[in-house]
Amino acid sequence: MITVTSARKQYGAFAALDDVSLDIPSGSLTALLGPSGSGKSTLLRSIAGLEELDSGTVTIEGRDVTDEPPQRRGIGFVFQHYAAFKHMTVRDNVAFGLTIRKRPKAETAKKVDELLEIVGLDGFQHRYPAQLSGGQRQRMALARALAVDPQVLLLDEPFGALDAKVRTDLRQWLRRLHDEVHVTTVLVTHDQEEALDVADRIAVLNKGRIEQVGDPVTLYERPANDFVMGFLGSVAHLGGQLVRPHDIALERDRATALALDAKVPDSPGVIDAVVERVVPLGFEVRVDLRADSGERFAAQITRRDAAELQLREGETIHARAVGRSSVVDHDPALAI
Amino acid sequence: MTSDTDQQRRGPRPETDAAPLPPRPDATAPDGIRPRGGDAAPRGEASGGAARGARHGKGLRGLRRPLGIGIVTLWLSVIVLLPLAALTVAAFDEGLAGFWEAVTAPAALASLWVTVLVSAVVALVNAVLGTLVAWVLVRDEFRGKRFVNAVIDLPFALPTIVASIVLLSLYGPNSPIGVELNATRWGLVVALLFVTLPFVVRSVQPVLIEADREVEEAAASLGATTWTTFRRIVLPTLGPAILSGTGLAFARAIGEYGSVVLIGGNIPRETQVASQYIQQQIEIDRPLNAAAVSVALLAIAFVTLLLLRVVSSRSQRREERDA
Repeated sequence: MITVTSARKQYGAFAALDDVSLDIPSGSLTALLGPSGSGKSTLLRSIAGLEELDSGTVTIEGRDVTDEPPQRRGIGFVFQHYAAFKHMTVRDNVAFGLTIRKRPKAETAKKVDELLEIVGLDGFQHRYPAQLSGGQRQRMALARALAVDPQVLLLDEPFGALDAKVRTDLRQWLRRLHDEVHVTTVLVTHDQEEALDVADRIAVLNKGRIEQVGDPVTLYERPANDFVMGFLGSVAHLGGQLVRPHDIALERDRATALALDAKVPDSPGVIDAVVERVVPLGFEVRVDLRADSGERFAAQITRRDAAELQLREGETIHARAVGRSSVVDHDPALAI
Repeated sequence: MTSDTDQQRRGPRPETDAAPLPPRPDATAPDGIRPRGGDAAPRGEASGGAARGARHGKGLRGLRRPLGIGIVTLWLSVIVLLPLAALTVAAFDEGLAGFWEAVTAPAALASLWVTVLVSAVVALVNAVLGTLVAWVLVRDEFRGKRFVNAVIDLPFALPTIVASIVLLSLYGPNSPIGVELNATRWGLVVALLFVTLPFVVRSVQPVLIEADREVEEAAASLGATTWTTFRRIVLPTLGPAILSGTGLAFARAIGEYGSVVLIGGNIPRETQVASQYIQQQIEIDRPLNAAAVSVALLAIAFVTLLLLRVVSSRSQRREERDA
């Protein structure tokens, strides 16, 4: 368990952390999610001891480490840009934490080989970081962090510098690794998809404060406020309400739309809108719409629905909300 | 130097955002020897490439290339190679035996020995303190940092004879601080430290600015103390730059004349450095002796720079080897 209590960190006039308290259960994979400048990295670095808090405390597994340097916190840290020791081979990189602890050579070698196998870098022992791809470097960095048997593994935008394909592969891989290793893991990301994909708990940060903490489903379906709803997935403004684009249904016939809408409590009503653009996104189709009020929004519908509707740009269509995901603050009745 | 990056530790940083390198202060820096920055710039193209001859390209650029190489070759020949050749010819005026005799004359050997010894001490002190100065200038925030940064280059701007007078007034007879170093080897050391101050500082500084701080944080998170991190992580990164700065300082020190001429005292076998010996031999009309010792100095400088290039290119290869 990592416990952060009333953490504050100020950079000049900018409050990076504004009275943040957070519990991270042992063995969990928690994502700190937020836009840049939300304080998520500062929070992670404060847990690591790479940043000193102005006030507040950090405890790791019951031990108050607030005044401990990073060396004595029992952490493993992985940086966005790998922070590889460029002048050392992969083996020496991974062994670094053990070498400086003067562990017996045989033990170190065994551990390093084990870890390299886990991260899939078996056979790369004698390469230098410059000879590895970005994804390989990051896996090396992970092995290096895991070598010292950390109580917590802290990852600061670990996939941020990788291209999209490698990023998705690597985060799946991280998820599986976590299921194997079970070390308490905290991951900082600004990518909601990544957070939803790998984490079993997400803390959403904004402007140095925690907006909501919960499992991915809760956050997606019962966001605590507009910010969380907007940050975890796209939203459309429909008749003054926030609705997920895939929770918008389009009808050709206004009467049908009204009849169906009547069954949805507290709905924003039926909105007449002009089709501006139809964008095929693979499995789904995004329809860009402009309401009579001039407000623009997008609906996301399945290919089949789109084919049935035979939408043409410039024609008027009737939109209604079918979704149940709505902000708790706005509409407690809709909360499941 | 801008150290804004030190304070802005929040959020992701660009990977290797090349910090602006300060202009090289030394006009004397030989081509090809430069502190190893982040990039592998084409090295020694002017000297090595020209000597090896032109590769014929195509089109307009191909037409211009031989012309460019021709000009460079001519320029280097007139400015550098011709005088050096003339010097060498002069040194071997009386054959190899004459040269050998001139170089191994006790006074000549003694002056060369003093030169190399003092220069080696100066280079080593520079390696340590220059690195420290660069470190403080890059990593620490203090009042008057810009001023200190500017002061580093002063020994370059100052005519060396002025440096000698400055030092003589401080450490000479009737020294105001009670430290008399004139006509001692320590006097030479102090004078040479003064004029070689910028070399290591200016070669280490840009590398340190570019250095990835996260690497040090990574080491700390793995349990490395500050000292261990410095020794095992930072120093290997700075190594080539320190070496190159030290080598340049050494090369400069062995040829230095102006700054040591007054404070050194020119005592044969004690404080007479090679440059002063050469001057003396010219004055007593022994041009062969002067040329021979000059060639010896040249050889020492050349070997030093050659070694530096070998070492730095080797370490560079290791880091930047492609998969």
